[in-house]
Amino acid sequence: MNKIRNISVLAAIVAFVMIGFACSGAPLSGTSDGGDGSGAMRLQGSGASFPKPIYEKWVNEYQKVHPDVRIDYQSTGSGAGQKAILSRTVDFGASDDPMKDEDLAKADSELMHIPTVLGAVVMTYNLDGVDKPLRLTAENIAGIYLGEIKKWNDPKLTADNPDANLPDEDIFPVYRADSSGTTAVFTDFLAARVPAFKDKVGASKQPNWVEGVGSGQPRNDGVMGLVKQTPFSIGYVEIAFAKANNLPTALIKNPAGNFVEATIENVSAAAAGSAAKMPADLRISITNADGENSYPISSYTYILVYKDQKDARKGKALAEFLWWAVHDGSQFAKDLHYAPLPQEVVGKVEEKLKSITSGGNSLLENPGK
Amino acid sequence: MAKTGTFADSLFKGILTVFAGTIILVVIAMIVMMFWNSLPTIKEFGLGFLIGSDWQPASDVYGALPFIYGTIVSSVIALILAVPVSLGIAIFLVEQAPRSIASPIAFMVELLAAIPSVVYGLWGIFVLAPFIRNYLGPFLQDYLGWLPLFQGRLTGIGMLTGGVIMAIMVTPIITAVVRDVLEVVPTSQRDAALALGATKWETTLIVLENASSGIAGAVVLGLGRALGETMAVTMVIGNAPQISASLFEPAYTIASVLAANFAEATDRLYLSALIEMGLVLFLVTFVVNAAAKVLVMGVAKGTNAARQA
Repeated sequence: MNKIRNISVLAAIVAFVMIGFACSGAPLSGTSDGGDGSGAMRLQGSGASFPKPIYEKWVNEYQKVHPDVRIDYQSTGSGAGQKAILSRTVDFGASDDPMKDEDLAKADSELMHIPTVLGAVVMTYNLDGVDKPLRLTAENIAGIYLGEIKKWNDPKLTADNPDANLPDEDIFPVYRADSSGTTAVFTDFLAARVPAFKDKVGASKQPNWVEGVGSGQPRNDGVMGLVKQTPFSIGYVEIAFAKANNLPTALIKNPAGNFVEATIENVSAAAAGSAAKMPADLRISITNADGENSYPISSYTYILVYKDQKDARKGKALAEFLWWAVHDGSQFAKDLHYAPLPQEVVGKVEEKLKSITSGGNSLLENPGK
Repeated sequence: MAKTGTFADSLFKGILTVFAGTIILVVIAMIVMMFWNSLPTIKEFGLGFLIGSDWQPASDVYGALPFIYGTIVSSVIALILAVPVSLGIAIFLVEQAPRSIASPIAFMVELLAAIPSVVYGLWGIFVLAPFIRNYLGPFLQDYLGWLPLFQGRLTGIGMLTGGVIMAIMVTPIITAVVRDVLEVVPTSQRDAALALGATKWETTLIVLENASSGIAGAVVLGLGRALGETMAVTMVIGNAPQISASLFEPAYTIASVLAANFAEATDRLYLSALIEMGLVLFLVTFVVNAAAKVLVMGVAKGTNAARQA
C-alpha cells in the first residue's frame, strides 16, 4: 500500500512539474545574446542551401584563426533565410536571389545585401549515347519547360546539335517542387530572353509551372536523383551538385551568341561583365550578362545583415567575419566550385562592411587586422 | 490506512484524468489553431479552395483539389495492394505456418515497419521507379492498355509508384495488427470447427469473421499511415498538381506539398493555404476513421446477432 502511495505521489509530482512547464509560457530557447562577456561569442545565421558547403568551410577555417567566435549556419532555404532575418531570429540571413523591394520594406531598419561568392545553375540530362555536351539555347530550354518542344529529336534541338544522335523519345523535364533560389535564377534567365515563358511561367522562387509538363522534386539532390535515374529527363541544379555527381552539363548560349560551359572562369566573366552596372545596394541579377565568355545562368549569393547592429560586440564579430570571408576566405571558393567575387565588387563590399554601425559608432575600425 | 488509501486512489484517478484530458485538449487546440491560421484563405476562396484545381503560389491562386485527389487515390491504391497481402501473411503466420517459420517471418515484417521513410523513398527512386518503368508499366500497357488508367508515357515516377511504395510501407503495420487479432481468437473455435468436419479453409473463414472488427481497425491504422506519409511519397510521386486519369502521370499529395513547401512559405496567403491543406488532411483522416468505426460497429453487431440466433 505504501508502495502504491509512493508511486502515486511521484506521479503527481511529475504531472505538476510537466503542467508547470506547459503553463509557464517562458521561452525555453531563444537567440543567445552572446554579450555576457564570458566564453565564445555565438553568431547564428540561416538561409540559402546553395552556399552551404562554402559557408561551412569558412566557419571551420575562421574558427582556427578566431577561436573566440562560434558561427552556426543552418541551410533552411533562401525564403526562410529572408524570413529569419526580418524577424531577427538570426544574426544574419542568406539568400541566393536578392530580396524584393516589398520584402525589404518590411525590415524595421536598413537591411544590407553582402554578396559573398558566385555560383551557376547548370542544365543536366540523362541521354545515353550522347557523349559531347548538349548545346542549348534559352529559347529551347523555355520550349521544353513550356511543353512546346516534346521530343529530343525536335528540329530545334538537332539544329544546334548536328553531331549528337538525339533519340526519338519524349523529353521529361524536372523542376524544383519547393521554393528555391536556384529556380529564381533559372527562371530569371529564361524570362529575360523568352517573352512567352515570362507570361506563362514567370520568374520567381516558385513559378507557375505548366500543368502536365514534367515533374517536381524537392531540393537539389531530389532533382539530381530523378534525372540520374530517369532516361530522357532534363533538369536544373546548382553546379556543385552536378560536379560532385559527375553529371553531364549542357553548354548554354549566351547573349554574345557563344555556347559556353559553366566553369568558374565563365561565371567570373559574367560577374565582371555586369560589375559596372551594379547598383549602390548591390542587388543585381547577372543572368544573361554581357561578354564573350559569360556563362548566362550565373548569380551572386548574398548574406543579409542589418546596417545598425543592436549588439556592438556581436555586430563587430559579424562584420569582421564577413571581411575575412571575402578576402582570405575567397581562396577556398574554387575547390568547392564557386567563383570568388571580382576585385571591383570586393571594393564595394568593403565600403558596405565599413558602414555597419552600432549606436552610431563604426564597428570596423581597422579592417584586415 | 483506509483513509490514506482512498486519498491515494482518488489522487491517482485525478492524475489519469488530467492525462486523458490532455489528448482532447491537444486535438482541439490543433483544430482551432489550424482554422485560425487558415482564415485568410478561407475568407478569400471559401469552398473554391476545395474544388479549385489551379495551384499557383506565384499568382496567389490556391485550389486544393489536385492534392485531395492525389492523397485519396494514392491511399486507395496502397490499400488495394496492401490489404490482401497483409491478410495473407497474417493468416499464414497464425493458421498455417509452423513456429519455426512463423517467428522469423514475423520478425522480418516488424523490421520492415521500423525502416525510416526516407530509406523507402531512396529505394523507390533507385529500384521501384526503374522496375515500374521497364517491367510493370509496359506489362500493364500491353494487357490493360485500353484502360485510361494505364495510358500515357512511362517515366517510373507518378501516382502508381507512390501508391506502391505506400502499400509496402503499410503492409507491415496491417500484418502485425491482424496477426495479433487472429491470435486472440480462442483456439476452441478452431477446434470446434475442425471437429464438425470443416476444412482448414472453412475454419479460417470462421476465424476471420470473428476477428472482423479487429481487421477493420488494422486497415484503418494502415490507411492513417498512408494518408499522412510524406517523405517517401514526395520522392516518387512526381509532385505535379494535376488530375490525370493515368496512374503513370505525376501527382501530388497533401502531405507531400506540406513537406516540400512549409519551411519556405513566406507569403501570408501561401502560408494560410498550406495550413488549410493541413486542416483538410486532418478532416479527411477524421472522417475516414469515423466512417471505419461505424462500419466496424455495424459488422460487430451483425456477428453478435448471428451468434445469438
